Amino acid sequence: MNAIIISAIWGVLLMFSGVFLKNKSVSKYLALFGSVLALVSTCIEMKTGHSFFNFPMYEMIKTDAFNLLFISIIHGIMIVYFLLNAQEITKVGSHVAEYYALIFFILSGIAIAATFNTLLMLFIGIEIISIPLYILTGSDKRNLKSNEAALKYFLMGAFSTGIMLMGIAFIYGGNPNASFYIDKIDMGHGQMPVFIAMGLVFMLVSMSFKVSAAPFHFWTPDVYDGAPTVFTSFMSTVVKAAGFFAFLRLFEKAFGSMQDQWQNMIAWITFATLLIGNITAVFQQSVKRMLAYSSIAQAGFMMLAVFAMNGKAKEGILLYSAAYSLATIGIFGVLTKMEDYTISGFNGLSKSNPVVALTATIFLLSLTGVPLTAGFQSKFFLLISAVENGNHIWLVVAAVLFAAISAYYYFRVIQAMYFKTAESDDQMVMQPITTQYTFILVLIAILILIIGIYPELIIGWMYR
Amino acid sequence: MGTYFSFPDLFIWLPILAGLLCFIPALRNHGKNLSLLFSLIILGVSIASLFFTNDGKYLSFNHVSYIWLKYLGANYYIGLDGVGRSLTLLTAIVFPLIIGSGYKKEVSSSHSFYGLLMLSQAGLMGVFMAMDALSFYFFWELALVPVYFLASKWGGEKAIASTFKFFVYTFAGSLLMLVGIIYVYLHTGGRTFEDGTIAPHSFSLSAFYQASLSVVEQTWLFIVFFLAFAIKMPIFPFHTWQPDAYDQSATPVTMVMSAIMVKMGLLGVFRWLIPMFGQADHLLYHIATVLSVIGIVYASFLAMVQDNVKKLVAYSSIAHIGLMSAALFSMKKMGVQGVFLQMFNHGINIVGMWIVLDIIERKTGIKKISELGGLAIKAPALTIFLVIISFANIALPLTNAFPGEFMLLNGLYQYKPWLAVLAGLGVIFSAVYTLNMIQKVFYGTVKESTSEVSDIEINEKIVLSVIVLIIFVAGVYPQPLIDLTKASADQLFTIIK
Repeated sequence: MNAIIISAIWGVLLMFSGVFLKNKSVSKYLALFGSVLALVSTCIEMKTGHSFFNFPMYEMIKTDAFNLLFISIIHGIMIVYFLLNAQEITKVGSHVAEYYALIFFILSGIAIAATFNTLLMLFIGIEIISIPLYILTGSDKRNLKSNEAALKYFLMGAFSTGIMLMGIAFIYGGNPNASFYIDKIDMGHGQMPVFIAMGLVFMLVSMSFKVSAAPFHFWTPDVYDGAPTVFTSFMSTVVKAAGFFAFLRLFEKAFGSMQDQWQNMIAWITFATLLIGNITAVFQQSVKRMLAYSSIAQAGFMMLAVFAMNGKAKEGILLYSAAYSLATIGIFGVLTKMEDYTISGFNGLSKSNPVVALTATIFLLSLTGVPLTAGFQSKFFLLISAVENGNHIWLVVAAVLFAAISAYYYFRVIQAMYFKTAESDDQMVMQPITTQYTFILVLIAILILIIGIYPELIIGWMYR
Repeated sequence: MGTYFSFPDLFIWLPILAGLLCFIPALRNHGKNLSLLFSLIILGVSIASLFFTNDGKYLSFNHVSYIWLKYLGANYYIGLDGVGRSLTLLTAIVFPLIIGSGYKKEVSSSHSFYGLLMLSQAGLMGVFMAMDALSFYFFWELALVPVYFLASKWGGEKAIASTFKFFVYTFAGSLLMLVGIIYVYLHTGGRTFEDGTIAPHSFSLSAFYQASLSVVEQTWLFIVFFLAFAIKMPIFPFHTWQPDAYDQSATPVTMVMSAIMVKMGLLGVFRWLIPMFGQADHLLYHIATVLSVIGIVYASFLAMVQDNVKKLVAYSSIAHIGLMSAALFSMKKMGVQGVFLQMFNHGINIVGMWIVLDIIERKTGIKKISELGGLAIKAPALTIFLVIISFANIALPLTNAFPGEFMLLNGLYQYKPWLAVLAGLGVIFSAVYTLNMIQKVFYGTVKESTSEVSDIEINEKIVLSVIVLIIFVAGVYPQPLIDLTKASADQLFTIIK
C-alpha cells in the first residue's frame, strides 16, 4: 500500500519537476530518493503490518509478507538501476523528468499487480505497467527501430489486454460462487465448468504474453532490441519479474485448487519457452539480441515457479527476481558503454578494463547459474520446488539441460573478453567510464555473490 | 586446540588466501613464489594432519560444521575421513610439484595463472572433504571454474574450443546430478520422533545414506549420478572431451586435471553413489563395470597408435582410471581397497609423466613421437627419470602402482574372471605403448630436432627425485597407505549391508 501511493505521488512530482526545475540532474536525485523512500516504507509496513495510508480498500488489495518482500526487492533493485543508469537516461532524449515519471508510474502499477485481490485490480495494475512502457519503448523518437518496436509492442499489448478482459469476463460470469475476490473464488476440485476453463485459458494466454513465454514471445526480441538499452534493461528485469509475480499470484489464489487440470498446459509452455529461448539465443551475434532471447530462456525457468506453485516456488521466484534482475541490469550496464554491440565487440575487454570484465563475468556466470552466484541459488530453489511438486520430472531434467546450453551463449561473451584480443591495440573497446560507474558495477557483483552464498538474507524475511 | 583451528578449514582457506593474495596488484610479480610458499605450507599441514586421526580425541580437528541454509537444512560441513586424508595429501603433494617443476618457466600474466591455480586447489580440497551434499556440489563446480579459465587462457591454439567442450560436458553432468541431489534431499528425514516432531529434510551425508528410496527410484538416481561422475573420470563412452583437453591445456593445468580432478569422479562414486544406491538394479553396476573395462581396452588400442605423446598419456590415463572404476563398480573388498591405494599412486605417477613430457616439449618444441629420437645421449638424467616413471606407469613390481594394480585385478577377478582377463590385456598393452614411446623418443639416432637439447635444470631434478622417491617407497612399503584408507573401505561395506 505504501509503495503504490508513494510511487504514484512520486511520478506526479517528477512530472512537474521537469516543468519547474531547469537542472536535469535534480530528477535523478529525486528518483533515487523516491525509491529509497518506497523501499523503507515498504520495509516498515512489512515489520509493523500497517500502512501509513489508511484508506478503506474493501479488500481490493491484500498485502502479506510475501508480496511486500517482493515490492521491497523491486525497489532495492530500482535504487541500483537508477545509480547505474542515470547518465544513460539523460542521453535517450530531452524529456528526462518524464522518463523518470513514467518509470514511477510503472512501479506503482507493479505494486498493484503484486498485491491485487480482485481481477479488476490485476487488470488495472497490468495496464498501468504496460501503457508507460509503450512510451518508454518509443522514447528514442528519431530512431526508426525504436518507433517500430513501440508500435509493435502497443498493438500486441493491446491485443493481449483484450484477451485478458475477455478472460476476466468469463471467470466472473461463469463462476457459480460469483465472488469478486480471488482468494474467495473457490472453484472447487471437480471438473472445471466450460466458461471457467475458457477464462483460465484466456488469462493464461495474456499473462504468458506479458512475461514473454512461448508461444506468445514473438514481440520480445524486436521490442527489446529496438527500445533504448537502458529501458530494455528495465523492462526485461523488473517488469518481467512483476509479471511473473502477478502470474503466480493469480494462478495460486484463483486456480490453485484445480492445479492438476492446468498443470500440463503450464508444463508444455515452460518447455516451449526454454526450448525456443535457448536455441535461438545460441545463434545470435548481437549481445543485445542474445540477451533478449536469453531473457525468454530465463522466463522459461521462472515458469517452473508457476508450474510447481508451492512454498519453495515462492522463495524461488523472489530469489530469481533479485538474481536475474541484478545480473541483467549489470550486463546491460556494461553493454551500454560498449562501442560495438556484437559479441566480437567484447574482444580484449579484460586487457583494457579488467575490473569491468571481471564484473561482467560474474553477471554472466550468475545468469548461467554457476554456484557462488545468486543465479545458482535462484535456479536451485526453483528446481527444488519443481521436484517437490513431483509431476513431470522430465521437465526438470529438460530445464537443467537447457541451463547447460545457456552456458554456451553466455560463455561466448566471457571467451571474447578473456581469450581473444582486440583487432588493434589502440582500438577502443569501451567508452571511457567514470570510477563511480565501475564502483556501482562492482557493488552489483558483490551483491550477487552475497546472495549466492547466503540467500536467506532475502528469503529469511518470509519467516520472520 | 581443536576449537581454534581445524585441518579442513586450513585446507580450504589457505589456498583461497594464497589465490587472492596473488591478485593483489602490489604482489603481482610474486605470484609464483607466493603460491609455492603456500602450497608447501599446505603440504606441511597435510602431513601434520596425518597424526591427528579420528579416534575421538582429535575429532574437532577433523570436522567443521556451520549452519548455512537454516530453512533448507544445508550445512557447511567438511571433514576428513581415511580416503579424504589420502586424497587431500595427494592434492597437497601434487601442487608444490606442479609449481616447482615450472618454476623456471615464464608464464604470461603469471599472477592470475598462479592465483587461479591456488583457487582450484581450494575447490578440489573441498570436494574431497565435503560431508554435505550442497557443500559437495558447490565445491564440485567451484573446482571447475578456475580450471576452465586456466585451460582456455594458457592453452594451445585449439584450447578455447576443447576446454569449452570439457566445461559444457561436466556442467551438464553436474546439473543432472543436482536434480538427483534434490530428489534424494526431498526423500530424507520424515522420520517421526517420540515427541511427535518430524525430522526435517537435510543435505547431510548421513541423512542421504538413510534416505528412503524405492528400488526403482534408486535405479534412476544411479543413472543420473553415474552420468555426472562418468563424465568427470571419464569412463567410455563419455571420455571424448578428455584427450583434446589434456593435449591443449598448459601442462600444469593438465596435471591438475589428470592427477586430481579425475579423482573427484571416483570419490563421487564411492562416497555418494554406491552407499546411497546400493539397492539399485544390479544390472547397472554390471554395465558400469563392463563400460569401464571396454574403456581400458579401447583406450589402450588408441594409445598404441598415437603419435602425439600428450594424447598417448591421456589415453593411458583413461585406461588406468577405467581399471579403478571397474574395480569400484564390481564391489569386491579387495578391489575397493586397491582403488583407494591406486588413486594416490596414479596421481603421483601421472604428474611425473607430464613433467618429463613437458620438459621434452619445451626443449624441442615437438610432441610428435616420430620426430623425436636419441634424447638419452643428450639428456641422460631425464632419461633415467622417465624410465623409472614409465615403469611405475606400467606397474612393474617394486614401483608404487604394482600393489594397487594387483589388488584391482584381484578384485575384478573375484567378480568376473573374464573381465579381469580383458582388463589384464590393458596392462599388457600399457607396457607395449609406454616402452615403444621410450624407445622411439629416447633411443635411436639423434634427430635434427633433438640435437640441441641440454639436460634438465636443478628444480626439475628435485621435483622428479621426489616423485621417484615416492614411487619406490610406496612400491616397497604400501602398508601405511593401505592402513590410512582401510577404515573407509570397511565403512563402505557396512553401509551397503
